[in-house]
Amino acid sequence: MIETVQSFASGTLLLLGCFFMLTGAVGVLRFPDFYSRMHAAGITDTLATLLIISGLMLTAGWSLALFKLALIMLFIFFTSPTASHALARSAQLSALRLPQIAPEPAPTEMTNSQPVDTSPDAEPEAADSTRV
Amino acid sequence: MLNATLIALLVVMTLALIRAIKGPTIHDRILAVNMFGTKTVLLIAVICFTFGEPEYLDIAIVYALINFVSVIGVLRYFEFRTRNGNGAPEVTGD
Repeated sequence: MIETVQSFASGTLLLLGCFFMLTGAVGVLRFPDFYSRMHAAGITDTLATLLIISGLMLTAGWSLALFKLALIMLFIFFTSPTASHALARSAQLSALRLPQIAPEPAPTEMTNSQPVDTSPDAEPEAADSTRV
Repeated sequence: MLNATLIALLVVMTLALIRAIKGPTIHDRILAVNMFGTKTVLLIAVICFTFGEPEYLDIAIVYALINFVSVIGVLRYFEFRTRNGNGAPEVTGD
């Protein structure tokens, strides 16, 4: 009984991991921009790794392999976002800079009744938020 | 289900290789190689359980560390090359 439930849960986790992995790979292959490609790769890498290694953990049971799988998952959880961050930073510092988006024009009519925050320290952060 | 995971991993690695060959800039290639390395770690782990020999999981641990260090090293190299501005301003992957 418990083996059936365990193998079913393991298969479900592996199947979900395969789905997210294939989604990320198709996104990396088909997206038009470098940053959108990095979005597809950086998110699905961590999630697919979590799902597949969890499925393998359910297959392994209580053994040394479980500890090693947990170690692999810990490594990838630390290194995958770090590598994505370093890649985005390096691309931003090189010729692949993001195009600066023009600020939206101010609306002509103010419909909200809340008082507008006009403190001087609130403005530069909002204006600078698109820069890195 | 382990065999289906193996096939899906191989398909994903093929797609990442296509992006690494096609990629117009060097950063696209580094992104694809990073993804390829992560999927290689998963492939080694799944192969261990397919063959029923979990001792080979050490190779997956070592490969995860090597993959991260190599990606960071290559990124530092190109970052300093583009920041100094000595070479061409447009970095292509060729």
